[in-house]
Amino acid sequence: MFYGYLPMIVAGLGVTLSVASVSLLVACAFGLAGAIAKLSPSPLLRGVATAYTTVIRSLPDLLLMLGVFYGGQILLNRLVDSQGWDYIEIDPFAAGTLTLGFVFGAYLTETFRGAILAIPRGQIEAGHACGLTRWQVLSNITLPQMIRHAIPGFTNNWLVMLKATALVSIIGLDDMVHRAGLASAATRAPFTFYALTGVIYLAVTTVSILVLSGVERRFSRGVRREVVR
Amino acid sequence: MTTMLSANSIHKSFGAVEVLKGVSLTAKKGDVISMIGSSGSGKSTFLRCLNFLERPTSGTIALDGAPLACRKDRSGDLMVADDAALRAYRARVTMVFQQFNLWAHMTARENVMLGPTRVKGLTRSEALERADFYLAKVGLSHRRDAYPAFLSGGEQQRVAIARALAMEPELILFDEPTSALDPELVGEVLRVMRSLAEEGRTMIVVTHEMNFAREVSSKVVFLSQGVVAEEGDPREVLRAPQSDRLRSFLAAQAA
Repeated sequence: MFYGYLPMIVAGLGVTLSVASVSLLVACAFGLAGAIAKLSPSPLLRGVATAYTTVIRSLPDLLLMLGVFYGGQILLNRLVDSQGWDYIEIDPFAAGTLTLGFVFGAYLTETFRGAILAIPRGQIEAGHACGLTRWQVLSNITLPQMIRHAIPGFTNNWLVMLKATALVSIIGLDDMVHRAGLASAATRAPFTFYALTGVIYLAVTTVSILVLSGVERRFSRGVRREVVR
Repeated sequence: MTTMLSANSIHKSFGAVEVLKGVSLTAKKGDVISMIGSSGSGKSTFLRCLNFLERPTSGTIALDGAPLACRKDRSGDLMVADDAALRAYRARVTMVFQQFNLWAHMTARENVMLGPTRVKGLTRSEALERADFYLAKVGLSHRRDAYPAFLSGGEQQRVAIARALAMEPELILFDEPTSALDPELVGEVLRVMRSLAEEGRTMIVVTHEMNFAREVSSKVVFLSQGVVAEEGDPREVLRAPQSDRLRSFLAAQAA
């Protein structure tokens, strides 16, 4: 049915998932740093974080991806030439994950910022009032409660980002979409392979949603479910 | 008896509004000081300054005769110069809040354990033992595994008191501890506070409960418009107020 291409395409899932998971880690790091910067008393940090989220969220992901990959390569070439070093090639995996992580970090900044703001201020004060350090307040009080508030927005961002990994195929990474393209060109059966890829994406997103709603339940212990009528 | 905490000429302005205009207070070991006054008199702001949750604009605070070294922050208010000194101070002077401020993601017991493990360096089993001891003291052993959202307001406030006690502080600050409670829940919290006073604990209580101020405290401080208008033995101050302001405040409370 798949002209023997099934194993090849499924193997591409590995690339897709590794790009997505590394990008997610990068995005969480940027998102947390961004959210903390946006809520910090320092005007400089707030300014940098605001510039970051404003600019990044205004530009198409594809544009940023191409910009980092090709633009970065040109800049790197110039630097290398001027220093007389050997030619360095940007690794598409690194470029892809960094760009996706950087872009989705901007969205997660807003998700995390809102989630932190949803924690009653008094709970943070109570932490300080008994002598906890800033870091202890963050790790024991803010972050565990932030997770619950962040999950809905985080789930959205993760799903969008998972699908955006398809963009890495344009900078030459051999992900599922790229392989489906090769297989459909070779067999002239594009519908078959793109539909197969779609089904695989659907399976991954379904599993993600189940896992994340489990996480939400885990971090919602202590919350009374109020039904809105 | 020796002076434990002394706050000297505390001023606090929010922008152009001067909320505290030089409030001084000394607490000796075993003192139970009730701070009374109408809303807006600055009593909660003063209490929050004592824990540096609010930064005073000027003044000094000393614990056991040792003043906390402060410096000006960006907005010109005083902050404790050394972070570690501030934390050590806060571990000795803890606070109970009007809105309880229990950590919602932790059970009653976990709420009481956090400070002792993180700030005081107790092991988990030591902290467990201590948490159970203080939860028993406030009469909530049977609710120790409940999350705050499943506790009544009175129970939450008693857990918050156990959380403050578990730090084994030298002084506990109470910021209107019964003001957010339904009337039928006030009694259980006041009973706990009364028993703490009888144990000889040093407490500063911002309150609207005149019976508590009269019967339990060793000193009453009446704040009005950012200054101490009257202070002294509650039996004298509350029965025979000297100032018109206190007279009309007490009349309004009784009404």
